[in-house]
Amino acid sequence: MAVLTVNGVTREVDVDPATPLLWVLRERLALTGTKFGCGIAQCGACTVRLNGQAIRSCVTPLAAVDGQSIQTIEGLAPGDGERHPLQAAWIAHQVPQCGYCQSGQLMSAAALLAGNPDPSDTDIDRAMEGNICRCGMYGRIKAAIKTAALAQAGGATKDGGGR
Amino acid sequence: MNKWTRRSFIAAGLTVGGGLIVGVAIRPGNRSRKLAPLVAGDGETLVHTWVKLDADNVVTAIVPHAEMGQGAGTALAQMLADELDADWALVRYEEAPATSEFANSPLGKGMLLAGVDIPEIVVPTVDGFLLHTAKALDLQITGGSLSVRTTGVYGMRVAGAAVKAMLREAAAEAWQVPVDEVVARKSHLVHEASGRREPYAAYARAASRMTPPASPKLKTPDEFEIIGRHVERLDIPAKVDGSALFAIDVRLPGMLYATVRRAPTFGGGIATLDDGRARAIPGVVDVVRLPASQARALVGSFEAAESVAVVAEGFWAAKQGLDALEIAWRITGHETVSSDAIFEQFDRDIDAGIDREADVSEGDVEAAMARAALVLKSDYRVPYLAHTCMEPMNATARVEDGRCEVWVGCQSPLPFRQAIADALGFEAEDVTVHNCFMGGGFGRRARADFAIQAAQLAAHVGRPVQLIWTREEDVRQDFYRPAISSRFRAALDADGHLIAWENTYVDKHEPAEAPLIPYAVPARDIGHVASPTHVPFGAWRSVDHSQHGFFTESFFDEVAAAAGQDPYAYRAARLTHKPRHLAVLRTAAEAADWGRPLPKGRGRGISLQESFGTLVAQVVEVTVSGGRIQVDRVVAAVDPGIAVSPDGLSAQIESGIVYGLTAALYGEITIENGAVAQSNFNDYPALRMSAAPQIEVHIIRSGHAIGGAGEPGTPGIAPALANAIYDATGSRIRRLPFSPANLERFDELRPPA
Repeated sequence: MAVLTVNGVTREVDVDPATPLLWVLRERLALTGTKFGCGIAQCGACTVRLNGQAIRSCVTPLAAVDGQSIQTIEGLAPGDGERHPLQAAWIAHQVPQCGYCQSGQLMSAAALLAGNPDPSDTDIDRAMEGNICRCGMYGRIKAAIKTAALAQAGGATKDGGGR
Repeated sequence: MNKWTRRSFIAAGLTVGGGLIVGVAIRPGNRSRKLAPLVAGDGETLVHTWVKLDADNVVTAIVPHAEMGQGAGTALAQMLADELDADWALVRYEEAPATSEFANSPLGKGMLLAGVDIPEIVVPTVDGFLLHTAKALDLQITGGSLSVRTTGVYGMRVAGAAVKAMLREAAAEAWQVPVDEVVARKSHLVHEASGRREPYAAYARAASRMTPPASPKLKTPDEFEIIGRHVERLDIPAKVDGSALFAIDVRLPGMLYATVRRAPTFGGGIATLDDGRARAIPGVVDVVRLPASQARALVGSFEAAESVAVVAEGFWAAKQGLDALEIAWRITGHETVSSDAIFEQFDRDIDAGIDREADVSEGDVEAAMARAALVLKSDYRVPYLAHTCMEPMNATARVEDGRCEVWVGCQSPLPFRQAIADALGFEAEDVTVHNCFMGGGFGRRARADFAIQAAQLAAHVGRPVQLIWTREEDVRQDFYRPAISSRFRAALDADGHLIAWENTYVDKHEPAEAPLIPYAVPARDIGHVASPTHVPFGAWRSVDHSQHGFFTESFFDEVAAAAGQDPYAYRAARLTHKPRHLAVLRTAAEAADWGRPLPKGRGRGISLQESFGTLVAQVVEVTVSGGRIQVDRVVAAVDPGIAVSPDGLSAQIESGIVYGLTAALYGEITIENGAVAQSNFNDYPALRMSAAPQIEVHIIRSGHAIGGAGEPGTPGIAPALANAIYDATGSRIRRLPFSPANLERFDELRPPA
């Protein structure tokens, strides 16, 4: 039995501890916003935050995160009916096309901004390099991250960072 | 195998339709009463096949297209809303159900009759004929960059205008005033003289009982208010909070999970299977052999070999089970086929020229070659490509009481329904397809092989099953963008004028015009020979343009270089008969500061490609250093005629460019031992952020017929980049991708001496 804090809520899960966190989230906890894309930590669609850091949940065994704090896309917004500055910027820049990679993109971006409120282009490239977007919206993603950084600097919203 | 053949669709459409229509005037009246149970919820009135109104005055466009990222739903809703004079804040859209009553006859109309003037009196009969044809063909497809330019033009605008006319008439009747005095404005009906003003919803019911006018008065472009305006895409909010429902997110009570494997060598089957170790894995429920399947639809037909699936309580157990299977595959005879052997076969077939068919033959090419001051020859080739949609292939199925329900993201719900029914031995009416958002389509999701597997599994185990392919299966069991070889000869006279263009390539598919060039040349001979392989193929974003755009625009650059002329000026000089092309080319060149000197190691290249009714010119700036290619900037000029959703168009062009750039830089599916050698994003990479160029899109609103948006960005990037690399280094790249392996092999990237 593993015990996780997911989006601030304590959850108990009784599955094979080798099961990757991705499938625990999607199949056991009904959190389907986190996506399967490759299964080998190459595409970033499965990105969630573990104690605030971006990780690839498709290769992270449940046993490795027992007792720790996970934030998924469902927990990114600060409250019901509210949006994280990144989510607002994603809409302002009309980032998503098919949308499938965007949960992972947003979680990588959230981890970046939590540790680096004013990232340079190179910082953004480095933080987002693990996230593939087959619709190719990299320019819009980068622009949206900068917009969100500005909004955050304005004190719009506090990022919970998965705690 | 099969082709993406618009032409065969048209031929078959006429045959099928012709059989139905002889001597019969088919005139549809108002079909709303019959259709309403299929789409109208509580408090909603279906006023027209494609339009609902609810009590809160919300208009819902019923869109017979699937959403795979292209934003067609929003653009189509804009077209409907503009003609309807709806308040955009009150407009929604939903995908039409996968039933033949919602077969997409406007799509057929656009494909068959574009530009044809139909006499007013027979419009209803033609529409009725097209509805019958669309039903007979299961016409409900998304592809070919067609949604806006066919369904939008012939369906959504007409429906919006028709509903507006019906609402005005209903209000006029109720108010006892002449219909001319009833004005439609922002989702309200207004009678200025009496000051009456009512929401559309008040007259929805009355309007729904009228027969829609078949050819209502449409707006002229200067009257557009919503078409051409920037609006936010309606599907985006759900895509930033994880709530957008993809097929892989469907959860049914009692559902099991499965994953599957087919023989790596195409066409192979299972010789022996030992599933003992797999069945011993905790959570594994069953191991199931699934029979070969096929579909004979006009669009999306395929043949797929048998497969073996592991069904389990969760995907992870299913995957463990799959890896534990011991399978010996049946020998097919293709086990020795390699990419090298395939390209050798292509060269042999081009050499032999047996049954060469001409696409275009004008002027005396041989005579021009004989008198030329210079004859230039080049061979080009491109490899197979996989689609690698972000969302791996998956479908969820439930089979109960002789009925089958399938949740899937697909580009053609009606053909999927038929293919699933055929595989199960069901009637199509007993199969329901719930189409979900697609995590990318690009042509792959037009083929129902994976949905059939899910339905077969659900039927076999008697519980709902979600089948999820591994990425490895997705890469190895695709319907690939065909590899092609293409051979060119060009004749130049002593002044550097192009006097003849000759091109022979293997394997023609669609669109037919893909290998043609827009430039004036007195003698042309473009043709193809057949050279079939055992590799399954299908449509891939921009279809044949993806190969021929690279070939023709690269070779044309070679011609300009051989003539000692600037590639932009050389193109422009041969486009004086095509002012629209010239304007697009010039816009891109000027926006990119063509001619401004670049530092050493940097280069600039240009391309021009018309595809799917839209013209795109691209200028690429590249930095080449130490054998490394960095694409710095792409400037694209786009003439789609009318830009319905300008930001959406721009996003599609950006997307098409990156998709094409991934292919140009990395894309290579190689065949070894009859099977695909690649497996996942580690060996079949996709462009990542640090390699993504800055992209600028300049839209030209020429007012010509509306063109497509999803695909036209893709063909021009590879040649513009090849031309830029030539400008930077003097090395001409004639094979894709520009991967380090290819560059080393061909020693292409040495800096110029």
